[in-house]
Amino acid sequence: MYALTIRNLTKTYPNGVQALKGIDLVVKAGDFYALLGPNGAGKTTAIGIICSLVNKTAGQVEIFGHSIDDDLATAKSFIGLVPQELNMNLFDSVHNIVLNQAGYYGIARPQALQRAEKYLSELRLWDRRKDVARALSGGMKRRLMIARALIHEPRLLILDEPTAGVDIEIRRSMWKYLKRINEEGTTIILTTHYLEEAESLCRHVAIIDEGSIIEDAPMGEVLRKLQREVFVLSLRDSVTKAPRLDGFETLLRDDGDVEVAIDSRQSLNILFDALNNKDITVLSMRNKANRLEELFMGLVENKQHSPASARPPG
Amino acid sequence: MNLQLNWIALKTLVRKEILRVTRIWVQTIVPPAITMTLYFIIFGNLIGRRIGTMDGYDYMQYIAPGLIMMSVITNSYGNVVSSFFGAKFGRHIEEMLVSPMSNATIIIGHVAGGVMRGLLVGALVSMIALGFTRLEVEHPLITLSMVVLSSTVFALAGLINSIFARKFDDIAIIPTFVLTPLTYLGGVFYSISLLPAFWQKVSLANPILYMVNAFRFGILGTSDISIAYAYLIVVLFVIGLFSVSLALLNRGVGIRE
Repeated sequence: MYALTIRNLTKTYPNGVQALKGIDLVVKAGDFYALLGPNGAGKTTAIGIICSLVNKTAGQVEIFGHSIDDDLATAKSFIGLVPQELNMNLFDSVHNIVLNQAGYYGIARPQALQRAEKYLSELRLWDRRKDVARALSGGMKRRLMIARALIHEPRLLILDEPTAGVDIEIRRSMWKYLKRINEEGTTIILTTHYLEEAESLCRHVAIIDEGSIIEDAPMGEVLRKLQREVFVLSLRDSVTKAPRLDGFETLLRDDGDVEVAIDSRQSLNILFDALNNKDITVLSMRNKANRLEELFMGLVENKQHSPASARPPG
Repeated sequence: MNLQLNWIALKTLVRKEILRVTRIWVQTIVPPAITMTLYFIIFGNLIGRRIGTMDGYDYMQYIAPGLIMMSVITNSYGNVVSSFFGAKFGRHIEEMLVSPMSNATIIIGHVAGGVMRGLLVGALVSMIALGFTRLEVEHPLITLSMVVLSSTVFALAGLINSIFARKFDDIAIIPTFVLTPLTYLGGVFYSISLLPAFWQKVSLANPILYMVNAFRFGILGTSDISIAYAYLIVVLFVIGLFSVSLALLNRGVGIRE
């Protein structure tokens, strides 16, 4: 069973900008799916079409087998959306915002009251239910949008950069919560700029750039494609220049640490053998960049340098 | 269409609209009450005494139904414009657009909110009018049905205005340049029989004339035009404007990119 099926989805805005160039996507029910891409890649447009906030130019979208062209109301009833930008009445109370949303989905008042208490409590907003939304902090507003999106208990939850601008503690508590509802059966599609977020949460990843899907595979498979990884080593004894290690590229950083680039086929043991041979003691070791970030940059750069993507001047 | 879902959604929308009107009562209820009191004092009491009678009624008595209708029309229109455009501007219209409730429910919910505010203000202005003149409702059914239908027409018109509006200036243009002139020229303060023949014919193109006169007929029992014709016009406006609103929302005009 597929939670989402997209076929040849195209969107051209009235100003001529082609935001989506015939994308195909399939998201399995129960999956935790990352949709990544740089700003303006077409992620928000795709989500807008799925949630009927944007009119598509061509193509088909089905939510749990229900087409948005033929059975829009049923398709919509399966989706919960946490948008990128705040879209709530900031002068309304927290309680009213979630209760109204429940009403729009046809949930009777007594049940809506129960669910409002459940989700506002789970997202630590129950004590603030009488406050107007504008009195909440940025992180609380984000959590309120998650509670609002869950109030009708959707089978597919779409989060468009849900942790943008929130501090690390709240971000991590949101991750924990999202993992839990995914384990309970909710399919989740996540767009994010924090690639660490996608790597730690998602089982499948699609990368979109300039309106086209340039990668779509399980997370593990995607990460295996990494050819090269860069580690940062903190050394016990400071060095004035990067040590020469046979078979490895090294670089001395301004902070005194040393960067070592390792081919994905190379063993770390060989690196440590080379370090031992030079009597270099390593105190700690970390990834220079998130692995997914490296892959992402590599894919986007490859696409830009490929002859097919060359654009005519002017 | 899932009727139960839409019925609950409609009740939610109406409840939300009523809460909005009552929460900001200083902006929604008080100003029309003050304005209409001034109209009654200046036009009805001070100037009206010099005018004498109109169609056999005291001038104050003659203009009271028109002033009530004027407040109903402007408040029904203003409520939907500010609520719907405010939702667009604040992007919380997306709460409705992503939900499975039908576009017809969105329209009916907002129009119901506009009608509620129109009737609330109309009732308040009627009470103020009773402090200045005697009003005996000759035809209660006509009075009530015409005020509800007229309120619906202008709530729908307000919705269409807010669908097209892109900035706050756009929601002030129609009330300033269309609604106010049509209301003042719609027989609120005078009988069109006082006008030259040419201007009488021009006045017949003004839909507010039919609403004011039919409402006045319901209260005083006098009208410049045929009541059946007034009903026909108002009902056609309701059907026409509802159809236009529905077509616009279905196409996503002004609300979907």
